Amino acid sequence: MNAALVSNFLSFAGSATFGAIFPILSMVVYGLIGLLTLMYLGSILSRKRPKTIATGSVKVLKKGFDIPVKGVPTGAVENVMVNKFAVQPKNFPYIFPIPKVTVEVGDHVNAGDALFYDRDNTDVKFASPVSGKVVDIHRGAKRSIAEIIVEADKEQTYKTIESINLDSASRETLVSFLAKNGAWPLINERPYDVIPALDTVPRDIFISTFDTAPLAPDNALIVAGKEAAFQTGLNILRKLTSGKVHLGLDGRAEKVNPAFAQAEGVEKHWFSGFHPAGNVGVQIHHTAPIKNGEDKVWTLGVQEVITLGGLITEGRYDASRVVAIGGNKVTKPRYVRTFMGANIGELLGGDGAEGRVISGDILSGEKKEIAEFLNYFDNQVSVIGEGNYYEMFGWILPSKKVPSVSRTYFQGLFPSTKAKDIDANYHGEERAFVMTGEYERMLPMDIYPQHLMKAIVTADYEKMEGLGIHELSEEDVALCEFACTSKQPLQEILRKGLTELYSE
Amino acid sequence: MGLLDFFKKIEPDKKKSGFLHTLYDGFFTFLFVPNHRPTKGAHVHDHTDLKRTMIFVVLALVPLYIFGMFNVGHQHYLALGEYVGVGEGIGAKMLYGALKVLPIYAISMAVGLGIEFYFAFKKGHAIEEGYLVTGALIPLIMPASLPIWILVLAIVFAVIIGKEAFGGTGMNIVNVALLARVFVFFAYPSSISGDAVWVAGVDGYAGATPLALAQNGWASVTNTFSTEQMWWGLIPGSIGETSKPLIILGAMFLILTRIASWRIMLGGIIGMVLMGFVFNAWGATPFMEVPWYYHFYMGSFLFAIAFMATDPVTAASTNRGKWIYGILIGAFGLIIRIFNPAYPEGWMLAILLINVFAPLIDYFVLQSNMKKRLKSA
Repeated sequence: MNAALVSNFLSFAGSATFGAIFPILSMVVYGLIGLLTLMYLGSILSRKRPKTIATGSVKVLKKGFDIPVKGVPTGAVENVMVNKFAVQPKNFPYIFPIPKVTVEVGDHVNAGDALFYDRDNTDVKFASPVSGKVVDIHRGAKRSIAEIIVEADKEQTYKTIESINLDSASRETLVSFLAKNGAWPLINERPYDVIPALDTVPRDIFISTFDTAPLAPDNALIVAGKEAAFQTGLNILRKLTSGKVHLGLDGRAEKVNPAFAQAEGVEKHWFSGFHPAGNVGVQIHHTAPIKNGEDKVWTLGVQEVITLGGLITEGRYDASRVVAIGGNKVTKPRYVRTFMGANIGELLGGDGAEGRVISGDILSGEKKEIAEFLNYFDNQVSVIGEGNYYEMFGWILPSKKVPSVSRTYFQGLFPSTKAKDIDANYHGEERAFVMTGEYERMLPMDIYPQHLMKAIVTADYEKMEGLGIHELSEEDVALCEFACTSKQPLQEILRKGLTELYSE
Repeated sequence: MGLLDFFKKIEPDKKKSGFLHTLYDGFFTFLFVPNHRPTKGAHVHDHTDLKRTMIFVVLALVPLYIFGMFNVGHQHYLALGEYVGVGEGIGAKMLYGALKVLPIYAISMAVGLGIEFYFAFKKGHAIEEGYLVTGALIPLIMPASLPIWILVLAIVFAVIIGKEAFGGTGMNIVNVALLARVFVFFAYPSSISGDAVWVAGVDGYAGATPLALAQNGWASVTNTFSTEQMWWGLIPGSIGETSKPLIILGAMFLILTRIASWRIMLGGIIGMVLMGFVFNAWGATPFMEVPWYYHFYMGSFLFAIAFMATDPVTAASTNRGKWIYGILIGAFGLIIRIFNPAYPEGWMLAILLINVFAPLIDYFVLQSNMKKRLKSA
């Protein structure tokens, strides 16, 4: 190429002198550097601190994220007509897949009557949440029992429960009292999230009295009117552990319900922070961490404690539940009163016909069909967009009004708490682990989640245990899964690791 | 959604024409984020994904490409003695530089993505985006005079041996772009070292780079280049490594968007500065006496620490590990720069070396976490 020719051709550009444009160029470059620096500092300085109202020794957890989703349930608790209820054996990890069903289709049961028991643990009965007629026993794969459906009576009748003197009863009496009255499966044992064996004495018992998950119910509504049952439940639990009963309290609430704040005979711990600060796993970590697979602690939710206490205060198996119905595809986010394992379609009453229906919260709940039932421990139904669409150039668009922790979006740089629409689209494709440090920002625990996940994938048992797999449950890593650039199924990986360790 | 329907219609059959389908999928997902949804696990996911992450790195490199083209042209005409002033013949310089740089970029993309497509098809999974960044980085760290066939060999070697052999994006041990450069460095040293290669298209012209001159002390550097010239990057060198303000601009962009780790960058600077103090105090050779802060002006330290060291796959992956990793790179790079008169640019070798040790650094960080857990038991 004749360079001289080319340059003659382009002589128009040659007339501009660099000396003239150089000051402008350098101003532009330094200006941009300054702008980016200011934005960086701004995003750090404007970062929201977790609100802390309570005074005293509040553990402030700065990591995590509150996903602002539209459709937060509000208002008073409404009554709702639900006819069908179900108990689903698959809600309990690791119980024998074909439990022994003790009822037949057509039988009438009282609330609290046993429906089935685990063949490996025959004393632990699983109770019917309502009185009514057994209408169906659904079988799943390999003849396992998927669900036992009870059609509720108009007037509820309860199994008669002999009274027990809590003060004088021995631990053994209390354990068999709970087991035969169907209350034992309400207790969750960590690690592994299993129903405890009857002879297990837990090191400690933990109860989180607040839920930070998106669209989660307010526990003050749940405990209202059941304060005595809640306190009695705590008293029962105190007799079951060799250690203490720990209560996690909400450090960001204006006013914590006195049923929690003035509960007696328990250790109280105040936490303030973003989700997952309300997760019991996070609270255990900051109170008395689980050290290994043999270090057993129990966890219960507020509703479970109330049911436990109700056995004594009301003398019946009270499986009533306050359920929060929320999400951007719900026309009227609300609270309803029903019983455990309610039919989701009846609960929604025509709401959420379009969208993804989830039993539990949007991070760790289970996708359900309208005809299916609420899971055993869930007191929340979330309905969000299904997200079955193709988004043109979605991966490069500079900003969208979406909840994000990624600072490639303005929402990630300067997050607003304004509620937004959300859907179940992956917003990307599944990839190998590439980015680092993402999960650590989402988990307020001294744990390296990414390295733990890699240890699970490579079946490195020693590393799994050393890195603290026993401290975790699916709900704890759910937010990491939300934030993951590579869309890795962290909850599934974690459960795989837990299952491998459990079956050893 | 007429366009979507059209693309759905022309989708090749996955079974019958697998390679075509892989290719189609690669381009389709660039146009549309697919409708993939989880059936279990978290039901909501952040809008970010690996494509976005990777393309943001490429965005950070764009100013370097534009300046790189200009500078290739500028050095060329400077050597010829034409358009000696910086502002003269900008159009000609840009055109000359573009004709040099764009083919290198095009070849880099064609060869690298070709290999990527083939392996994606062989392994039966989607095309991964990692090469978008690698392929954009490789031209920036090569001299513009590099023969195309050497470039092709280097990329083939780096992508196959350095990445695909380990299982593709996310699995590699060492930085793929640097592996391409180190391949050229060891296999064809005369094309990437010495004084003759840094100015494109002028036969027999040898112009020493600041680093080569610095062997004789800082004064001999400033005899040829002004500090302002070095800072703005109007010096001979690899295509994209010379302009410091533009590198800082890109680095700030990556820090802001949290794509690159500020811990690694700051660690690297700390390591380099500390080592600089040591050498200044020692002062056995003229090079050692070069004040520590002038090391920022010469060579590719800033480029290496901002874009090469921060590759999340090959860097340390724990936050504490990142500090150590950065500091080691800074320190080792300066040692190599000062003790290796034959090839004074140490960062390439330093980063590759510390890449190999990154898992070990993480190992110790993780061990301390595990020990703490055991101790409390």
